[in-house]
Amino acid sequence: MSEVAGKIKAPKEPLFSKKNRKLVTEPLSDNNPITIQVLGICSALAITVQVEQAVVMSASVLFVLGAGNVIISLLRNLIPSRIRIIVQLVVVASLVIIVNEVLKAFLPDVSEKLSVFVGLIITNCIIMGRFEAFAMANKPWPSFMDAMGNSFGYAWILIVVAFFRELFGSGTLYGMPIFGDYIEGNGLYSFGYVNNNMMILPPMALIVVGIIIWVQRSRNKSLIEEH
Amino acid sequence: MAINKENNGYIFGFTIVLIAVVGTILASLSMGLKDRQAMNNVVKKKIDILAAIQIESNRSDAESLYPEYITSDLVINNKGEIVEGDAFSIDVRKQHRDKTLTEDMKMYPLYLAEKEGTQLYIIPVVGKGLWGPIWGYIALDSDMRTIYGVSFDHQGETPGLGAEIKQSFFTNRYVGETVANDNLDYNPIVVVKDGSGAAPLKVDGITGGTITSKGVEEMVNRTMQIYMNYFKTLK
Repeated sequence: MSEVAGKIKAPKEPLFSKKNRKLVTEPLSDNNPITIQVLGICSALAITVQVEQAVVMSASVLFVLGAGNVIISLLRNLIPSRIRIIVQLVVVASLVIIVNEVLKAFLPDVSEKLSVFVGLIITNCIIMGRFEAFAMANKPWPSFMDAMGNSFGYAWILIVVAFFRELFGSGTLYGMPIFGDYIEGNGLYSFGYVNNNMMILPPMALIVVGIIIWVQRSRNKSLIEEH
Repeated sequence: MAINKENNGYIFGFTIVLIAVVGTILASLSMGLKDRQAMNNVVKKKIDILAAIQIESNRSDAESLYPEYITSDLVINNKGEIVEGDAFSIDVRKQHRDKTLTEDMKMYPLYLAEKEGTQLYIIPVVGKGLWGPIWGYIALDSDMRTIYGVSFDHQGETPGLGAEIKQSFFTNRYVGETVANDNLDYNPIVVVKDGSGAAPLKVDGITGGTITSKGVEEMVNRTMQIYMNYFKTLK
């Protein structure tokens, strides 16, 4: 694909052309990596118990996908197609380790929070998916835009799911008590309200993601697949 | 470019260059940052030890608070006899991982602390969670059988589930348990699921974090048993 595009001398595209903007906006809604492409579900289940975790995870994915997409895009004409998946894996894994090592040395507290996610970032299929589907065939700048779009598309789903799970599962948001103190039983808890433990368990993440998918598809009927 | 990218020679060459570049970057990064990371780990260890005797510290004041509370340390073996060694530099996590060590070769550090005139004993514990190692420090009161404070930590337990062992709501459940009788014979603390944790020698586990909770139970009981041998000699 890139070879064809190279032969036709296209006029220089502005940085924020309509096409490039679409790369960012599409994954936010109609081509969302989680709800439409159904990628990265495993990490969405694992770390949406608390909003804070979801934010840290989203930031990590933003960095790794942004840098990785640009690197893969720069190397796209050099990577032999038979070993491209391995090369992509090496890039993701090295990026994650670099981030973790630097944080360990300079921001040890952040690194402690992040260490849990290292494995999850490497195995996040969104990252490999974007490398394979986009960065391998596009120039660095569109690849970067694509990475931003997909990371934010991933981030907002994660944060929305975590919002509901933390609020109803633990009665807190970002660690702050919302309904009063659960252990002391004041606030809303004094009226007999209890936290829903089911929200903390992974199945509820699937159900919440399912509800988002439902809402999204009922608003935009063209997303419904007909089989 | 007239290079055939599917040629085996090219693939080998590309792989070798890639490995060399990535390897060099990672190796030099790791070496360059090693000292800083080691320093951070030492401070972190002091924060954890202080947390067990319920002294809150952060990265900036841990260094100065540590000598204020921790008066001395010593090393024992699995029979409870004092052996030679520098307690602080013993890496109990590494020792736990090392399958070549037999039980009597392992060294067990013990930290002695003094807080508000009370003698406290701080025991490092290490065990296995669901995804990786878990560890912590348990402080015993001057009677050597009542738990004064606890701090736990982990490497990669599931956030929101197993990872909650480090939160105070969980560690506080251990505080006040009496783990031995008058003769300092050890009584294990059981982690339970049915919510009966208020009873003596029982602690409520974490919902959705059963394997990690069970790991905590195992590491606490296994390690405390060994230290009781030493405490008996003090009686």
